Amino acid sequence: MKNDDGAGKAITLHAGVIAVLVALNFVLPDYHHGVMARVLVLAVYAMGYNLLFGYAGLLSLGHAMFFAAGLYGAGLTMYHLNWGVPSAFIAGLVAGVLLSLVIGVLALRTKGVAFMIVTMMFAQVAYLLVYYFGTWTRGDEGLVIQQQARAIEFGATRLDLTDPTTRYMAALLLFSVVLVITLIVVRSSFGRVLVAIRENEERTKMLGYDTFANKLAAMVASGAICAAAGAAYVILFGYVGSTLASVQYSILPLLWVLLGGAATTLGPLVGTVLMYYLIDGSSDLLKAYLPGWNVSYLGIVGVALILLVLFFPKGLLGTVRDRFARWLP
Amino acid sequence: MTDNRDSSSIFRKKISRRSTLKGLGATAAGLVAGPIVAGPGFVRYAQAQSSAPIKIGFQAHRTGIGAAYGRWYEKTTNAAIKAINDAGGITGRPVEIIVEDDGTDPGRGAEVVGKFATQHKVDVAYGTLFSHVVIGSAPVAGEFKLPYFVVSEGHHVASTKLNRYVFQPGITDVKSQIQAMAPWIAANAGKKVCQIFPDFAFGYDHRDYLPPALKAQGADVVAQIAIPPTESSFTKYFPQIPSDTDVIYHVMVGPAVLTFVKELGEFYGSNRPQLFGFIDSLEAVDINSPGLEFLDGSHFWEGAPRYAQADDSDAMKAYRAAVGIDDNGASVDDPKDVSTAAHMFGCWETLYVIKKAMEDAGYKGPEDRAKLVEATEALTEFAEGPEHPQGKKTFNGKIHQCFGIQNISKVEDGKLKVVHKTSIEDGLYEPEGDYTTQAL
Amino acid sequence: MAFGPHLLLATLEGLVTAAVLALTALGLSLVFGVMRVVNVAHGEFFMLGAVLAWAVASAFGGHPAVGFVAALVVAPLIVGALALVADLLVLKRLNYNPEATIVATIGLLYIIQQAALSFYGPEARPVEAPFSYRVLLPWFGYSGYKLAVIGASILLLLATWFVLARTRIGMVMRATQYDSETAQAFGIPVDRVYAGVFAVGAMLAAVAAVLIVPTSQAHYLMGRDPLLLSFIVVIIGGLGSLRGTVVAALLIGVSDGIISVFFSPTLAKIIATLAVAMVLVFRPQGLFGTAAR
Repeated sequence: MKNDDGAGKAITLHAGVIAVLVALNFVLPDYHHGVMARVLVLAVYAMGYNLLFGYAGLLSLGHAMFFAAGLYGAGLTMYHLNWGVPSAFIAGLVAGVLLSLVIGVLALRTKGVAFMIVTMMFAQVAYLLVYYFGTWTRGDEGLVIQQQARAIEFGATRLDLTDPTTRYMAALLLFSVVLVITLIVVRSSFGRVLVAIRENEERTKMLGYDTFANKLAAMVASGAICAAAGAAYVILFGYVGSTLASVQYSILPLLWVLLGGAATTLGPLVGTVLMYYLIDGSSDLLKAYLPGWNVSYLGIVGVALILLVLFFPKGLLGTVRDRFARWLP
Repeated sequence: MTDNRDSSSIFRKKISRRSTLKGLGATAAGLVAGPIVAGPGFVRYAQAQSSAPIKIGFQAHRTGIGAAYGRWYEKTTNAAIKAINDAGGITGRPVEIIVEDDGTDPGRGAEVVGKFATQHKVDVAYGTLFSHVVIGSAPVAGEFKLPYFVVSEGHHVASTKLNRYVFQPGITDVKSQIQAMAPWIAANAGKKVCQIFPDFAFGYDHRDYLPPALKAQGADVVAQIAIPPTESSFTKYFPQIPSDTDVIYHVMVGPAVLTFVKELGEFYGSNRPQLFGFIDSLEAVDINSPGLEFLDGSHFWEGAPRYAQADDSDAMKAYRAAVGIDDNGASVDDPKDVSTAAHMFGCWETLYVIKKAMEDAGYKGPEDRAKLVEATEALTEFAEGPEHPQGKKTFNGKIHQCFGIQNISKVEDGKLKVVHKTSIEDGLYEPEGDYTTQAL
Repeated sequence: MAFGPHLLLATLEGLVTAAVLALTALGLSLVFGVMRVVNVAHGEFFMLGAVLAWAVASAFGGHPAVGFVAALVVAPLIVGALALVADLLVLKRLNYNPEATIVATIGLLYIIQQAALSFYGPEARPVEAPFSYRVLLPWFGYSGYKLAVIGASILLLLATWFVLARTRIGMVMRATQYDSETAQAFGIPVDRVYAGVFAVGAMLAAVAAVLIVPTSQAHYLMGRDPLLLSFIVVIIGGLGSLRGTVVAALLIGVSDGIISVFFSPTLAKIIATLAVAMVLVFRPQGLFGTAAR
């Protein structure tokens, strides 16, 4: 494996992407500026998903529970206990780590189709728990975190996370940190073991690797990143509700990753951005050309999934990597 | 507050973001982003001229679980806007409705309100029904300081847990509705009440507000049966209804409601307790559907009556004609297409409240949004008439919520006939907070 | 109500659930057993059955039984044809790769929901039962039609069992399930068997939906619960096992009714779902299945 010849290019590319995203803060019109802040947070969710699905080859249909762990871990502590932003974020992260550890220990006993269904079942349990504890979560209606609570105070300075620029930069900071972590992980020996497990678990086991421990570590890392995205979502956008824990939010990261390219570090971002604008843009077009058809994300997501799996099973960046840039991480 | 926020930002301030934009010019922005996404957001809109239309962003449930309601909300909105424009618009300017589908999803709802504020640059956002979408979208409205007029009947606005930019001036909230129902139930239906409600937020309002309201009238809730959100069959819960129940109070919602009523019918037959329900269960559903015969003789809450009543005012008749519903509350084009009459009047009335508030504020454009909020808060009363066909209302500017009369209708000969109208006072309660103390 | 009648009612309700569930889950199990495909769009075939039943029944006037019988014949045929097309256009081109087909059937799920929303609309619409007879028990009344659903389901299950176990078609299917490559070598047209099985699986879901829709109503989002429940049944019963599927449907259906007697309903759902997940974790071959292949 000639890994080193791509290292320079890879680092330049990732630094370049972050630099472009910083620059976008100053040039994007208000609407797209706001959209990108949200997309960056959701891209973090997709990156967490990609770590498990793309690199370790474990297709989960229940990642909404990890996103929700962060969402509720941060949201409930802020709403009921008046915790500050940093401690609430940590609460969300810890909730995600604990949940992914428990789910990992159980679900990783299964593989393939059974793993998909088990994760889906656990996510359904998590979703119903939100309703069961409706007294605190307000179930489907959810809770609003007031604007004045969504700020970080360092002594005299107050960082208002609802200010568009601050919010964008906070989302970008989280995104950049996770991107760098992903890059380090996939280039590390741990990342290579995960890929080896994906390609042939039996052989990896015979080579002396503890595949269960490695998969569990991937699961926890993935759960933690998704929970960080969930916690950031409630802190930056101020809302927690059970819809964000529903099956649909387990399918979405899969879609984003497939679109952008599984097992590519930048695929999740590309997929999330494209899918957002596909739904947003096509709704205007469809309204104009197919009035009365009520075409919504349902149809668009459905067609996109089938086309992807038929014609671009490796996603955009995966195809780019195969054809043009083998060094792409 | 606004100044504080901008100066405290450690990154480049909003002002500098703007100036950078100008400095680089539209060319640069176009070069960076244009080839990727040629969205209308990249076109800089000219400042609204005095003759330019007033833009109202309508957050519509075109798809998702609220789609049946959403369709009728849209019809009513179009009818009201036509009436307003035919009469000269708002402050002499025509009104334009910009519709965005939120998929009845709070996440998308928040994005849609953001799109209204920053891309469509609407003057106000309006029209949301489902509570979770309202609650999910409210923070965005507050952050962009975009007045947001909802037609949801949820207690969320009046709870003062949202923010100063959210209003509900066209339909009474559910807490008030429940409280107004209690005296009639206790006096006419029975003293021992069994509640059946969905085990999520909409049901919790009924679970929490009905018992104290009934207690005040000398009646009691003898059992509360919560049905989980994923349930599609209900018979197995019916044995939990105590045998000494006088009246079953049911507020099931969603597509499984027909099953609920049918199964209740099979369970009890003709020998049943009194039934009292909220028509929310059967909005957009024909009351004469097979299996619903069982409802004959039962009572429903209605915001506005679905069926034309003998004593309908001229204003009500004109409103029904404008929206296009026949005497049975179905579309004039398709008698099978039943409307959501009990709620959709709220769209009509809310649009007239927006008109009134804008005219009071001398509203000229988005820079006057704060004035618009204060003008709305200053409203106190809406007289019955063409603008408020459902009836007279009072408005509490501190909690941003209106209070109106409620109808109790009886199912007779396959129609709903209004048998009692509550007074506004029946539904008043102590305010839980005060939005006007929040900064604008 | 006294405990005895309460339990009787819960059992009756459980049997109805089980009857419909057995048919729906059998379709899912068949598709998995023969094709090794997890069809996430299975619930949408159920939904299509109900929606088409409404369309067919409302096209026929006169006695409700006429429209219902027509729906019972026509709706499954249309659904089967659609499944056939989906198999040819999508699944076959993916070579029935298990993970790719899951993603593809998720796509199919959304497309079918979208189609139903566009052409049928967002409303919940009722279908009239072929007859309305209320069985009067000393403690409560019960729908005679629901009892008929149980009977019809048993007949259909027996018919399916007969086809699978006693006819040439069944033998060909079992041969394909056992070893598709050898079957191919012996001249069995495996592609056609796969397409046929996928269509029959969808038709079973559609029949179940037509049977149950007179007790509920057709709605474009109604496919989600049958899908989850079918998954549960197929897992507990052991993927691809007919007898296991029926036994598991009974177990799940009846216990769903009875658990709700003792626990708060939402908690009951949580416990049931968790229990199934645990079965899959600790006994992946299902409670009744033999070792996974």
